Amino acid sequence: MQTTLSPETRADLAPSLPQKQAIKLTINGTVHHLELAPWTTLLDALREYLHLTGTKKGCDHGQCGACTVLVDGKRINSCLTLAVMKEDSDITTIEGLAAENGLHPLQTAFVEHDAYQCGYCTPGQICSAVGLMNEGQAKTIDDIRELMSGNLCRCGAYPHIVDAIREVMHIEPKS
Amino acid sequence: MNSFSYARPSDIGTAVDELATHEGAKFIAGGTNLLDLMKENVEHPNRLVDINRLALSTIEDTEEGGLRLGALATNADTAYHSAVQSRYPLLSQAILAGASAQLRNMATNGGNLFQRTRCYYFYDTQTPCNKREPGSGCGALNGFNRIHAILGTSDQNPETACIATHPSDMCVALAALDAVVRVTGPMGERTIRFADFHRLPGHEPWLDTTIQPGELVTAIDLPAKGFPEYFTYIKLRDRQSYAFALVSVAVGLEIDNNRITDARIALGGVAHKPWRKPEVEARLVGQSISETDFAPIAEALLEGAKGYGHNTFKIELAKRAIVRALQRAAKLEPQV
Repeated sequence: MQTTLSPETRADLAPSLPQKQAIKLTINGTVHHLELAPWTTLLDALREYLHLTGTKKGCDHGQCGACTVLVDGKRINSCLTLAVMKEDSDITTIEGLAAENGLHPLQTAFVEHDAYQCGYCTPGQICSAVGLMNEGQAKTIDDIRELMSGNLCRCGAYPHIVDAIREVMHIEPKS
Repeated sequence: MNSFSYARPSDIGTAVDELATHEGAKFIAGGTNLLDLMKENVEHPNRLVDINRLALSTIEDTEEGGLRLGALATNADTAYHSAVQSRYPLLSQAILAGASAQLRNMATNGGNLFQRTRCYYFYDTQTPCNKREPGSGCGALNGFNRIHAILGTSDQNPETACIATHPSDMCVALAALDAVVRVTGPMGERTIRFADFHRLPGHEPWLDTTIQPGELVTAIDLPAKGFPEYFTYIKLRDRQSYAFALVSVAVGLEIDNNRITDARIALGGVAHKPWRKPEVEARLVGQSISETDFAPIAEALLEGAKGYGHNTFKIELAKRAIVRALQRAAKLEPQV
């Protein structure tokens, strides 16, 4: 069966291994200097090189939302961007949300509403919810559900997740 | 992902030169589709030219009364832009029907045009696919083809067969709006009518668009006419959010004194490109909205449709969706 590429095509894919390059990333207010190959995703840079393992790798294809982080205040999938593409950005991960004097209100609400079971999707859910609030488009519970659809929870904690976000956004339960 | 080198030009000329001087290089903007395909070993550029520093993110009025959407404006910024929401709500609705909030924050308008098909066989490098590996065959034709095309397919020659669909929602609205794509490249600047931008598989299913090697999309121009009063985008899919369309319909109408004076209908999820038939749309002009039976219009739009087994349901689904979309756009039923 035909597989991927013919040998002659494959030979010139990478004439020589490109060098790692110096990359500066600003994460949770701290500037980090790294030497990374250009194909390192932002997710892998966070987890494998900076040991910020709060950001989770679920599908690694932008389908589950577990890797959601905030870039200049906007939520994105860190698995589908290269670290080198985010040199000029302010990146916030789940580790950067809490203030010195306590948890972020969404973190507190997730605890109070028991908005998880296994917890693997939770950092992505919370970062996504912060992004949702920054965007200011959600006015109703249906809006929250629609605009959080990029974050999957295989335990099915959705009702509690929506409750936690709704409460922080001051949206009434039956809106 | 394969290894590659990386460049980050700061002006358009350098970016175009990068592609002209590096065979196998590709532009990267949002990266949401390209990096996914590289992880699957479907795409394997040897150099990525990051165009995110080019000044192509603005959304501004054109002299002709239309709106110019910068190629690097994100899908989210476009869908929520006040001029898009007030003058082209069909486009806003279509963009927000696609992907997730995270992806819309990354994906750009230019990149949206170059989304590749979500055909399972295109993604699976262990199976034949004429789009990914020209001449290898089509796994979908006699395979699991529930999501595949029913119009404009190529199915006669095994070496060029392709029943893939174009996955974009935004492009369905852009087709209905008669948008114009502005590109620049080694041969200079040119414009491409939206109807001519994407292509049917024909004898070259590996080509998705009519863009030439090395060309860069700089903007998408919307004409002045935006159908802000009578419009709708209906998207039918296997779950309510964050799924590709099985069938989608974009409708824009102009209605004067209960009579249709202009009509646009574009279909998504049914062909290799957004599907339009201007001659069928023209049949609506002059018709009374309250007395017109839309079913014959739907029949005419689906003329020649062909199912391949699992996807045969799409023919009837598309017809009913067209009737519903026309009724909704004409305000004969609520927008929802």
